Amino acid sequence: MLIDWFTVGAQLLNFIILVWLMKRFLYQPVLNAIAAREQKIAAQLADAAATKAEAHKQQHVFEQKNQAFDEQRAELLRQATDAATAEGKRLRLEARQAADTASAARAKALLTDTQQLHAEIVRHTQQQVFDISRRVLRDLADVSLEQQACTVFIQRLRAADATTLAALNTALKATDESATALLRSAFDLPVAQQVAIQSALDDTFGQAIALTFETAPELVGGIEFSAQGQKLAWSIAGYLSELSSALDESSTATGAA
Amino acid sequence: MRLTPDAWIFWQYGFIKLNATILFTWALMAVLVLGAALITRRLATGHERSRWQNLLEIVVTAIMGQIKDVGLQNPRRYLSFLGTLFLFVAAAALATVIPGFEPPTASLSTTVALALCVLVAVPLFGISSQGLLAYLKSYMQPTPIMLPFNLISEVSRTLALAVRLFGNMMSGAMIIAILLSITPFVFPIVMTLLGLLTGMVQAYIFTILAAVYIAAATRTSPPLTKPEA
Repeated sequence: MLIDWFTVGAQLLNFIILVWLMKRFLYQPVLNAIAAREQKIAAQLADAAATKAEAHKQQHVFEQKNQAFDEQRAELLRQATDAATAEGKRLRLEARQAADTASAARAKALLTDTQQLHAEIVRHTQQQVFDISRRVLRDLADVSLEQQACTVFIQRLRAADATTLAALNTALKATDESATALLRSAFDLPVAQQVAIQSALDDTFGQAIALTFETAPELVGGIEFSAQGQKLAWSIAGYLSELSSALDESSTATGAA
Repeated sequence: MRLTPDAWIFWQYGFIKLNATILFTWALMAVLVLGAALITRRLATGHERSRWQNLLEIVVTAIMGQIKDVGLQNPRRYLSFLGTLFLFVAAAALATVIPGFEPPTASLSTTVALALCVLVAVPLFGISSQGLLAYLKSYMQPTPIMLPFNLISEVSRTLALAVRLFGNMMSGAMIIAILLSITPFVFPIVMTLLGLLTGMVQAYIFTILAAVYIAAATRTSPPLTKPEA
């Protein structure tokens, strides 16, 4: 008999025990380990997905910030450009104004210099003309310039028109001791000429005029009679003015040539 | 010459005996359990793990895959029984390379015991899956006339399981033993290799057949549809 029933029973029991032991020591631990690993992998995958999502979110935020930064930078650059342009305009305007001011000042200074030079030339010329005239009169006619000037002044006084004389007469009537008539001359009048002029004035206006004599070099060889703002004068300034005009015309013609 | 290791008795007291079948079974059980316990003592749950753990995971997942391929939807439920069947039969076949070892599966007592386990396990799994009445009703499918034939089928397939495994394992061991006495060089090695292959195939066949029987018992019968007039 190939079947031993005791052995069959023993093997049955052995197999049942083996099933239990293998379940206890093999299947359960291995399956638990696999399950734990799968769970860990799933957790890692979930974590990776969460990290990826977070990274995407951060990237989105970063891109938004970057875009905002670019826009802000462009805006600041535009503002800086506008400010620089405005500042440039302002500086150019200021420079132009400063240049204009400087130019005007220079022109004014030049004009002043020119006027001063002109005045100096005029004064010098007057002095020279005065000196020449004095020497010529003395050498040719044996008369002094002052004397001749007094003579001419008296002639002019006598030849003055009625209106001028009326105005002067009115002014003389308004004079008193505090504001007398004034006679100014470019040189010190000798007493003889003072007497002659006093006499001529008294005759012309028909009254004794309280006259004050005064020396004024700026009159350029002339004599000026004034009372209460009314004047009667003669000087060589008219001749000099003609000389100046002639010189100007001459210099203009030379410049054009 | 012993036809079965049952005849190799070490100790006997009445009908209680300690023969080579039981002894070698204990040895196999000790190797399997101790090996599994040693390897699974420190199982890593991370990505780095030992080669032995990899081996066990491959074996366990392969068995579960085979069970699922047969049609059992919850393979973990049947893993302990079917996996142990496969590992025991395969380990017994592999151990034949050890000189002096006689596989317990070369004993008809062992194969009958295993077949009886299948015979009991099939209705147990079937009843737990379908319920008692539904399972009993399956014996009368498609008609009650088929009841005796189904019962005969149940017994005969159990007998076939036992005899098939016994015949293959016993014949392999017998052939090696005979060849060793005739041509002690080279040829027995080839036959041993062939016996290893045969043993693994038998382990696979035994387990798959048991799984198929369980799958047939646990599968709920589809609802009968009336043919349209």
